[in-house]
Amino acid sequence: MKKVLMCGNEVLAESAIMAGCRFYAGYPITPQNEIPAYMSRRMPEVGGVFIQAESEISAVNMVFGASLTGARAMTSSSSPGISLKQEGISYLAGCELPAVIVNIMRGGPGLGNIAPSQSDYFQATRGGGHGDYRQIVLAPASLQEIVDLTTLAFDLADSYRMPVMILGDGLLGQMMEPVVLADSVERIAYSAKKDWILDGCKGRKPRIIKSLLLGNGELEQFNERLQKKYNEIKNKEVRCEILHGEDSKLMLVAYGTVSRICRKVVKTLREEGKKVGLVRPVSLWPFPEKELRALTGNVERFLTVEMSCGQMVEDVKLGIECKKPVHFYGRSGGGVPTEEEIIKEIEKIMY
Amino acid sequence: MREDIIFAGFGGQGIMFMGKAVSYTAMNEGKFVTWMPSYGAEVRGGTAHSMVIISDSSIASPVVREPTICVAMNKPSFDKFEGRIKERGLMVINSSLVESRVKREDIEVLKVPATDMAFKLGNPRVSNMIMLGALLAVKDFLRLEALREAVTELIPKSRKDLLAINKEAISQGYEYCSR
Repeated sequence: MKKVLMCGNEVLAESAIMAGCRFYAGYPITPQNEIPAYMSRRMPEVGGVFIQAESEISAVNMVFGASLTGARAMTSSSSPGISLKQEGISYLAGCELPAVIVNIMRGGPGLGNIAPSQSDYFQATRGGGHGDYRQIVLAPASLQEIVDLTTLAFDLADSYRMPVMILGDGLLGQMMEPVVLADSVERIAYSAKKDWILDGCKGRKPRIIKSLLLGNGELEQFNERLQKKYNEIKNKEVRCEILHGEDSKLMLVAYGTVSRICRKVVKTLREEGKKVGLVRPVSLWPFPEKELRALTGNVERFLTVEMSCGQMVEDVKLGIECKKPVHFYGRSGGGVPTEEEIIKEIEKIMY
Repeated sequence: MREDIIFAGFGGQGIMFMGKAVSYTAMNEGKFVTWMPSYGAEVRGGTAHSMVIISDSSIASPVVREPTICVAMNKPSFDKFEGRIKERGLMVINSSLVESRVKREDIEVLKVPATDMAFKLGNPRVSNMIMLGALLAVKDFLRLEALREAVTELIPKSRKDLLAINKEAISQGYEYCSR
């Protein structure tokens, strides 16, 4: 193991390579440019493929192609570029193909700006593209967690055969902090055999991968099967961290960058004897609904803090079935909430 | 301890490297550290800054709003950050390029003619290391030797010819402020 100082985007790219990713296609956009830059240098060293595509749409479809031949494949972009990839993501879901898609969010709507933001939560957790599909969404809060969740993203994508999104923001992508990395690239290289890929049908029956299902009732059957898979994921793959669940009166809910700031708020207020806690969803879909609902005994109020105008707050309300009041504090367009702002908001609500 | 630092100047003055060198030193010294660049719509030769937080405990947000230390390498940076420095904070000014009078009376000011000193050393680009040496002479939150070691590690193999002059620049900055 070695301790290194790299920016979040580079940590993500290196972690993908460690997870066995050998195909990357992307198109430049700030604030995630260090991912393609790093991949362009590193992929040839490990015998992988780096392609700077002519567009985001092209990149996601190259990932589609690589995935159906069995490769661990990834693309990355930032908000406007992720909007462009939505058609491809829907097709990945429709063909049950594993892929990892990284969104290092910036301010929107439109071209917005290049500052950190969390305003693509709806797009990420609701699907974004057309059709009855879901994607697993993982939201790291530190550079060390980027290492763990990138590996997990590839594993989940392969075991459920579906797209998995890693959702970060400009702050997480650009900042550097010390990270412990494994020495060997081969540490977790994926070796499981995929018996569904298109790798030449000499000596066996041809396989077909498609999302056009025209037969009578065929698509409905397929969708039912997808839903079954999604329900299994909801039961098995929820990940979240809870601070002071046992006695908190006010519970903050935040993910990614904002959860770091909320963690500090909890520490400060606990030192003053105030019963404040934090729920940090790590998987945004599936969302920790049961985990939140279990807290409605002692928690009197929830406060969701986001770098958006209020998106995850809806999932918190759904999760606790509106059993307790859910408040919201958010900054958008590049604003990053400060500890002081959040404390002021808590004082307005509770103390 | 905790220091919130902003390094600011124009592109080419090694602003990002200054921040990286300090962050790397802090990491090697076992501190919690974050580094955050100004990124994106910047142009070569335009102003740039990097934000570094060094602490004994974990760091929530890498964004520095009120720096306890600001290193201003040119006038636009001086103008931009003078008002933001925390009360009783420190501003290290590259007096070769900043002639402005300091308006704040509640901060400590250290003036170092870093660009002139770097020219005398034979390379204007080492003004950043002169500033770091000077900074550690008045604020000993990191060991000078640890900084020298970090810079040795950070300079790529292909540019090892620049190591000696960078180390000399650190020493000269340190000595200038230790007199």
